[in-house]
Amino acid sequence: MKPINEMKLSFDSRSCNEGFARSAVASFIAVLDPNMEEISDIKTAVSEAVTNCIVHGYRDGIGIIYIHVKIFEGAKVSIVIKDKGCGIGDIKKAMEPLYTTCETGERAGLGFSIMDSFMDKLKVRSKPGKGTSVTLEKSIVSKG
Amino acid sequence: MPVEIDIDESYVTAYLSGEIDHHSAGELRKKIDAAVEMSYPQLLILDFGAVTFMDSSGIGLVMGRYKLMSDLGGAITIQNAPKAIGKVMRMAGIEKLVAERKGNIKA
Repeated sequence: MKPINEMKLSFDSRSCNEGFARSAVASFIAVLDPNMEEISDIKTAVSEAVTNCIVHGYRDGIGIIYIHVKIFEGAKVSIVIKDKGCGIGDIKKAMEPLYTTCETGERAGLGFSIMDSFMDKLKVRSKPGKGTSVTLEKSIVSKG
Repeated sequence: MPVEIDIDESYVTAYLSGEIDHHSAGELRKKIDAAVEMSYPQLLILDFGAVTFMDSSGIGLVMGRYKLMSDLGGAITIQNAPKAIGKVMRMAGIEKLVAERKGNIKA
C-alpha cells in the first residue's frame, strides 16, 4: 500500500532531541485531527523508542536516529524509529515488562510495554552490532 | 524542566512542570534528592499538576524517589497528576506503590 503522505527525519542521538522528535511526529500527524489522548499516546510511544536508541543503541557515543512516518488511507499512521547502534541480543527478554539493563534503579523497564499498549501495533527488529528498528502503528479514530 | 521545591518541617513538596523525559529526569532527580537529603522529611510529595508530558522516565523518577524515601524511613505521595500522566503511571502500577492525593495536603 502506498502512503498518501510521508516524512523522514534524521538527527543526533542527543537527549536534548527527545522533545524535538516526539513534537515533530505529533506535528506531522496533526492534519489527521487526532484527539488529545491519541496525540499523547503517540508522543509517549515515540519518546520511549527514541530514548531506547539513545540509552541503549548508542550507549557508547553519539549516532544518528532515523524516523520515517507514513500516513495511509483511512488515517492509519506508521512510524519507524531506527538506529545503527549495538542492537538487542534477546528481543523477547528486552520486551518483558520491568526488565531493564540499567542498574541505577532510575529506569523503569517499561519502554516496550508502553509502546505496545499505547499503539495498535508494535514490531521490533534487531541485529546485534547492526542496530534496531521499531515500527509503531496506530489508526486515528477520532476526528478532533 | 523546572521544579519548585517547598521545604516544610516534615514535608518536602516538589512542584514539577513541563515535560518529563529521559533528558529532563536527571536534573529533577538531583534537585529533589538534594532537598530530601538536606531536610530528611517524613513525606515527599511530588506534584504533577503542571506537567504537560511524561514518558517512562517519569516512572523511573518516582520509583527511584520511592526507594530513597523508604531507605530514609519516610513515605512518598503523588498528587494532581493530569489524565495522560495518570495513564503512564497506571502502566507501572505506581498507584499501588504510592498513595495518590487529589488536593493539597498541608494542614
